[in-house]
Amino acid sequence: MPKITIREALKQAMDEEMDRDNNILLMGEEVAKYNGAYKVSQGMLEKFGDKRVRDTPITEEGFAGIGIGAAMAGLRPIVEFMTFNFAIQAMDQIINNAAKMLYMSGGKFKVPIVFRGPNGPAEYLSSQHSQAAQTFFAHVPGLKVVAPSTPRDAKGLLKTAIRDDNPVIFLESELMYSWEGDVEEGEILIPFGEANILKEGSDVTLISYSKPMKILIQAAGELQNIGINAEVIDLRSIRPLDEKTVYESVKKTNRVVIIDESWPFVSVASYLGWLISKNCFDYLDAPAEIVTSEDTPMPYNHRLEIFAQPSVEKIIDAVKKVMYL
Amino acid sequence: MYKIEDFDKELLTEMLKKMILIRRFEEKTAQMYGLRKIGGFLHLYIGEEAVAVGAISRLDLKKDYIFTTYRDHGHALAAGLEPKELMAELFGKITGCSKGKGGSMHFFDDKLNFMGGNGIVGAHIPLAAGAALKIKYLEEDGAVLCFFGDGAIHQGSFHEALNLSKIWNLPVVYICENNQYGMGTDFKRVSSVEDFSVMANSYGMYGEQVNGMDVTEVYSAVGKALEKAKSGIPVLLEAKTYRYKGHSASDPAKYRTKEELENYQNQDPILILKNKMTEKNILTEEEYIKYDENAKKTVEEAVKFAEESPEPDLNELYTDIFI
Repeated sequence: MPKITIREALKQAMDEEMDRDNNILLMGEEVAKYNGAYKVSQGMLEKFGDKRVRDTPITEEGFAGIGIGAAMAGLRPIVEFMTFNFAIQAMDQIINNAAKMLYMSGGKFKVPIVFRGPNGPAEYLSSQHSQAAQTFFAHVPGLKVVAPSTPRDAKGLLKTAIRDDNPVIFLESELMYSWEGDVEEGEILIPFGEANILKEGSDVTLISYSKPMKILIQAAGELQNIGINAEVIDLRSIRPLDEKTVYESVKKTNRVVIIDESWPFVSVASYLGWLISKNCFDYLDAPAEIVTSEDTPMPYNHRLEIFAQPSVEKIIDAVKKVMYL
Repeated sequence: MYKIEDFDKELLTEMLKKMILIRRFEEKTAQMYGLRKIGGFLHLYIGEEAVAVGAISRLDLKKDYIFTTYRDHGHALAAGLEPKELMAELFGKITGCSKGKGGSMHFFDDKLNFMGGNGIVGAHIPLAAGAALKIKYLEEDGAVLCFFGDGAIHQGSFHEALNLSKIWNLPVVYICENNQYGMGTDFKRVSSVEDFSVMANSYGMYGEQVNGMDVTEVYSAVGKALEKAKSGIPVLLEAKTYRYKGHSASDPAKYRTKEELENYQNQDPILILKNKMTEKNILTEEEYIKYDENAKKTVEEAVKFAEESPEPDLNELYTDIFI
């Protein structure tokens, strides 16, 4: 089976879908001539031409809005944000127009659009370029929010996102683009709302999505060494959320730690923690724990920025807490 | 410049009827708001009828698109949306054009390419460029009209959309309905220029001011603008107009003088067209009264329909979030 990077998987997804449907186009800053700020769209201008792969000026609100209007009128745009930090400029378009158009129009106008790009902290980028923005989007009814952690999921979820008739926020990560993994050739479509159990276990459930999955796997390995058998769940999509898989696991292990790159206050982790405590109350042997980024802006200093984020050590500490060790 | 002689009777009569319908519809909605049949914000279009009617009469809504603001009743009626469905929407009924989920600010019709009714000042302007991108992308023949007020013209979304429209040569005509006040603020107090059409120059577009109180002038200017837009030069028109009522139904409009309002009411858009048609001997007083009576009847029927329509089922709360 071919091993490819997440970068290549994302490109394959867009490439295959654009081959399939002429109404799909890609637009964003540097996506065409520059081949993508992170080279995700490498070669796509050459293949599809400047009608379907369009460079935009640095006007996130404007080009997000153009994408939404084009989607309302019948196209299926993929809008790349150079990072989701810059999507904050386009929040009004995404929240007030993309998410609400179907509802406000009584079902008359759908908005089939994908907003994609890197999300979450990378390295040495300080506060404005290191935000994990999922909470902003996941809060809003009318948006689907997905965040893969492997090349296969990246490809299969992006293809599903492009075919979805609703606005989809597709969260990638700068540091993940070069991650490699097995991806079979041919069509891969991964439905939203299906979490993936990466490792089965019996003692504690570890839940996350996107980039932190790597440290969950490491933490699970270290826990194994001290005799703790952790189950590891990758949510893959935040909205819709696969509550069933989560509850089944927690009912089996009776203990849960949720890991989230975003801030703790009203986050995906804190919400999921509440869901679990409500729906698995009788099965829990300890309160759900969350491991998130620290409740601070991101500093530039490397030691501080690493300290601000979830880590293997923090996960193991949280596991020990829920196991009363 | 067109003269009244260039217009045929049928077109002028049609435009007159539409303007009367908008006037009577809006008067009735104000009344219904007073009776608390309609809630929330109610932004009336009275005084501005010539802009929507003159501009939209130019469109073929099988291929052209309309985007507008929260002050959308006039555009919807001009586009041919059913008065019954609009009134029902205002009453929050399931038979409304947006199933009672949009209200006054969010009229929509997918069959007539009526793309809303947007409640955020300036937020629909990039959307209009997006629909124009679709027309160009699919090599269709249509164009987009985008209406907004003098309040929206300073928003970043307007400037970003104009720049994008020009660099991509999109078939879109932006129509700034300058009704002189952004809510309670005289536009001159918050604008670096008083002639908004010059803003087109900044983006290499074509710009023009037009008398928004005269439907024939609007019709002429928009016709020319649509041709330019379809040839790849987007257009910004500033239609000078005036709203007779406050910003919304709850606004007593104390920020302007009675004399100013009366001055504009003397150049009422319906009166202007009526006088022109009368002078040209293509309208009699009897005909005018008949059109007015018909409009009143249509509006009464719309109210009856809205009154008698059911409320949305509670389950409707959860539909139309995702498709």
